Amino acid sequence: MGEANRFSRYAYTVIVLFLIWILLTASLDRQELIFGFLLSLFVASFTYPMFTSRGLGNLHPRRVAYAMAYVPYFLWAMIMANLDVAYRVLHPKRPIRPGIVHCKTVLKSNTGKLSLANSITLTPGTITLDVDGEDYFIHWIWVPDEVLGAKTEGEHVENASRNITRPFEKFLKVIFG
Amino acid sequence: MNVLSATGEALVLIGTFFYFLSALGLIRMPDVYNRMQTSTKSATLGSLGVIIGTGLWAVGMGHSVAWIVQTVVVATFILLTNPISAHALIRGAYRSGIPLWNGSVVDKYGEHLKAKAEAAENEKNEGDGE
Repeated sequence: MGEANRFSRYAYTVIVLFLIWILLTASLDRQELIFGFLLSLFVASFTYPMFTSRGLGNLHPRRVAYAMAYVPYFLWAMIMANLDVAYRVLHPKRPIRPGIVHCKTVLKSNTGKLSLANSITLTPGTITLDVDGEDYFIHWIWVPDEVLGAKTEGEHVENASRNITRPFEKFLKVIFG
Repeated sequence: MNVLSATGEALVLIGTFFYFLSALGLIRMPDVYNRMQTSTKSATLGSLGVIIGTGLWAVGMGHSVAWIVQTVVVATFILLTNPISAHALIRGAYRSGIPLWNGSVVDKYGEHLKAKAEAAENEKNEGDGE
């Protein structure tokens, strides 16, 4: 993926930092805003090279809309999975069948892979153990029959990916590429 | 007492319950990997509930709206950073050779590492032969 020009990356960093400043101070006082803006300009001047590679391209309306839709979708998935793990912890027989499964992703960018790995880890029942290129190795607290009973490696990867990575990928593909 | 602070209190209560569940899971699960599943995970929903609940509760008690804005920011940063440590810990555990629990059904990561080591070995041998 090509890098955006320096001004675009700098401007994007300033916008994000200023937004965080406004949220953290939670005030629209003029003094606070001016000082925050100056600080953002200053901090961004030496953090932008590592902060972003795509610059203002991240603020494309389609990306922002998908990111907004991703938040409730992800929270819902997290709550459901939390209840599932809660059930496994409380059940007297402790119904767990753990294993490390292999998934493949279609995401290309590093940021996308990072957020997919983080989303998987935040969803209870699955932790990303390692990412190697497009291969994800995931510790799963309950490996379902369709994955366990897979005859070939390809079938295993397909079934595991359908369960773990696909639901997040359709959003992350648009947001991060 | 109003709707906001009641919701906040309920969220704090739910969060505490999930904290309790992760502590219970820490005791009940058989190996480090499954303990990790319960402890790091329930902690996310637990923290989320407690932090955002505190914000709502404070606003409901008549404090400034800044409370809820700031607690949401704190919760977001926890969501962004928590998985990094979980990932580092579990990978560290695996790499330092802690075995999976006997009841574990599949270990594709071990197979992958072995295949990779063999490929590297073969390459080295071929290099020596030339």
